[in-house]
Amino acid sequence: MPMLRKNKAVRAAIFLLGAGLFLLLAPSAQAAKIGDLADLNFADQILRFFSMKDPSVRYALLGSIFLGVSCGLLGSFIVVRKMALVGDTLSHAVLPGVAAGFLWNMSKDPAAIFIGATIAGLLGTAVVSLIKQTTRLKEDTVLGMVLAGFFAVGICMVTMIQHLPTGNKSGIDKFLFGQAAAISEGDVKLMGIVTLLSVAVVLFFYKELLITSFDAGFARAAGFPVQLIHYTLMLLLAFSVVISLQAVGVVLVSAMLITPAAAAYLLTDRMHRMLLLAAGFGMLAGTSRAFFSFLGPSLPTGPFMVLGASVVFALAFFFGPRHGVVMKWWHHRSRADRVQRENTLKSIYHVLEGREFKGEGVSLRELADRRRETIEEVQTQAKDLKRQGLATLHEEGNLIFLTPDGWLRACSIVRNHRLWELYLTNAAQIAADHVHEDAEKIEHVLGEEVVRELERRLQYATKDPHGRPIPSIEDIQRGLAGLSRREDLVGYGKRS
Amino acid sequence: MSSFDEINGPPSVIHPLPTGGPPPLEIHDMTVAYHKKPVLWGIDLVVPQGKLVGIVGPNGAGKSTLIKAVMGILPLSSGWVKIFGASFKSNLHRVGYVPQRESVDWDFPVNVMDVVLMGRYGHLGLMKRPSKRDRDIARECLDKVKMLPYANRQISNLSGGQQQRVFLARALAQESDLYFMDEPFAGVDAATESAIIALLHELKARGKTILVVHHDLPTARNYFDMLLLLNMRVVAFGPTDEVFNYELLQKTYGGRLTILSEVAEAVRQKGA
Repeated sequence: MPMLRKNKAVRAAIFLLGAGLFLLLAPSAQAAKIGDLADLNFADQILRFFSMKDPSVRYALLGSIFLGVSCGLLGSFIVVRKMALVGDTLSHAVLPGVAAGFLWNMSKDPAAIFIGATIAGLLGTAVVSLIKQTTRLKEDTVLGMVLAGFFAVGICMVTMIQHLPTGNKSGIDKFLFGQAAAISEGDVKLMGIVTLLSVAVVLFFYKELLITSFDAGFARAAGFPVQLIHYTLMLLLAFSVVISLQAVGVVLVSAMLITPAAAAYLLTDRMHRMLLLAAGFGMLAGTSRAFFSFLGPSLPTGPFMVLGASVVFALAFFFGPRHGVVMKWWHHRSRADRVQRENTLKSIYHVLEGREFKGEGVSLRELADRRRETIEEVQTQAKDLKRQGLATLHEEGNLIFLTPDGWLRACSIVRNHRLWELYLTNAAQIAADHVHEDAEKIEHVLGEEVVRELERRLQYATKDPHGRPIPSIEDIQRGLAGLSRREDLVGYGKRS
Repeated sequence: MSSFDEINGPPSVIHPLPTGGPPPLEIHDMTVAYHKKPVLWGIDLVVPQGKLVGIVGPNGAGKSTLIKAVMGILPLSSGWVKIFGASFKSNLHRVGYVPQRESVDWDFPVNVMDVVLMGRYGHLGLMKRPSKRDRDIARECLDKVKMLPYANRQISNLSGGQQQRVFLARALAQESDLYFMDEPFAGVDAATESAIIALLHELKARGKTILVVHHDLPTARNYFDMLLLLNMRVVAFGPTDEVFNYELLQKTYGGRLTILSEVAEAVRQKGA
């Protein structure tokens, strides 16, 4: 088991590394196209960026990493608590608070904006719970309504500020879509504090957060303050949203909460790993965004950060080792291949049975007639059987001989089919001419245990509903040679 | 009852309870309301120790509400509840709970062991992580419900019966003296059903008291020592033999007796 776990960790690490490289390269390719800083070569750029000599680069990078971590951690809990929409509403609801914080002393004072935004965000969620508790409306409706309402108020206030004499130079519009270059030293300090707080809470109260997220009823019965933990989480969420505003913008900040966590959810089945991965993905998206904004300072950076996170999600979606689309497709394909192979084996058995097991080889023509397919099609199937070691081909590939393994598999699949037909006619009282279709499907998935049980229940019957013999387990293991009831014994087990 | 013996495996870490002392559960004049509409009305109940009690009644009778209110998950409108003679809060650790299986998201990123360990969380202090001893207890409890081989499985890969057994193991890990179980038999396979019954009897043998919300009337008679017939009020509470009769069941299930009449008839014939 520890071996397996290590494998998983290694896989996750490789995945992270790959995603990181991709992310670092993707935006730089973009930047080159946009051609903001085409005169410097790429290696120099990277060197300049990671040396962090430039304070604005340092702030942008640190800030992005901080917000990536705190959004990733809290976002994971939001996702598993099915509260993604709450995060979205909260992030839109902060806008009036941002504007109010700005109006407080007509400047972008981080503290005033932080306080204003947090209050507005919490007010928004409070309005949601108030409407939810006093009316019959369901949560999604209320969330959508409050989100739009608060956001509209915010837009009005921002527009108003921009029309004030000092307003148009304020840069308050940057809160809508984010601007990494606008991050100041004060902002970074605030981000650091909030991130530290988030990490500390998740680290120290992991157990409490886990149990209340998974089973709130049980947690309450076990004496955990479910409501308090919920409110703590909401408060931290509000903090994380507010510190992310400068860099990502009101409109897209919820994506930074949800997307890295969603990608992590696809990649792992354990909460602590999901937290680590989500924080890592958030950091990755943050770093790539900071790097990109360094290459092209005048470009909107929030969208690129979210795009970075979305790329990580897309990679997880397609290439995730367990839930990835590619893996699922692969499994599906290999299953389809197996079914195809088993059907071919079954047809060979039927051909042999049709001539009462006289002569060992089955020609491609016989098989094609039996399967109502072309020679070319059965030829491919025959080659597949050969590759799998289930058959050998003779006379230039025209004659198929089953190997012992192939014979065994052919017998088991025929046995599964006939046992199931008999079971359906006996136990479920289905007419004998209606059971074939069902057996065609089930024969490929019956496990050994179920087959034993079927045999027992059918009292080791030897004939199927159509009167054909059911190959028993002894027959299969003994090979054709042991079938004493047959006259002319043929096949690989032929008596010499 | 050979299946019971299988379950009575290694000696348990839970010590048998001394008899005597205050009753495990005492409810006085309890009323519970949702949006000002009463769901339970004037419940008076004293449950003696070491009994296996089934709570039966029609849909919407307040069966789940009763146990949730007792454990403080839902607020009381009036009345009080005592657990072993004291408030629920001061006797938290003596109460174990098996919620309805549907109440949680089985795609949650935890494995079987994580869930069972949650049974230990109530015993741990603030900011404390489960110790090796907690893990041993969890493993022992998983073994009792025959789920130990599944300890590292993600919970979404379990069948309904296996999920229920995981919940039972979690409740066992709570090492409590009084258990509340909300429909543990709902939608489980025959093997799980007999495993649960065996477990309930084992707990009872160790002096534990268990209240089980149960939906299926025909089996209720065989499973439980005592029955609580509930329909907003307590219709009857007593030993199964005394309470399981046509008149009382009719009173509990009211007009819906058409479904029930056959059952009741069968009961009468059996009893005669």
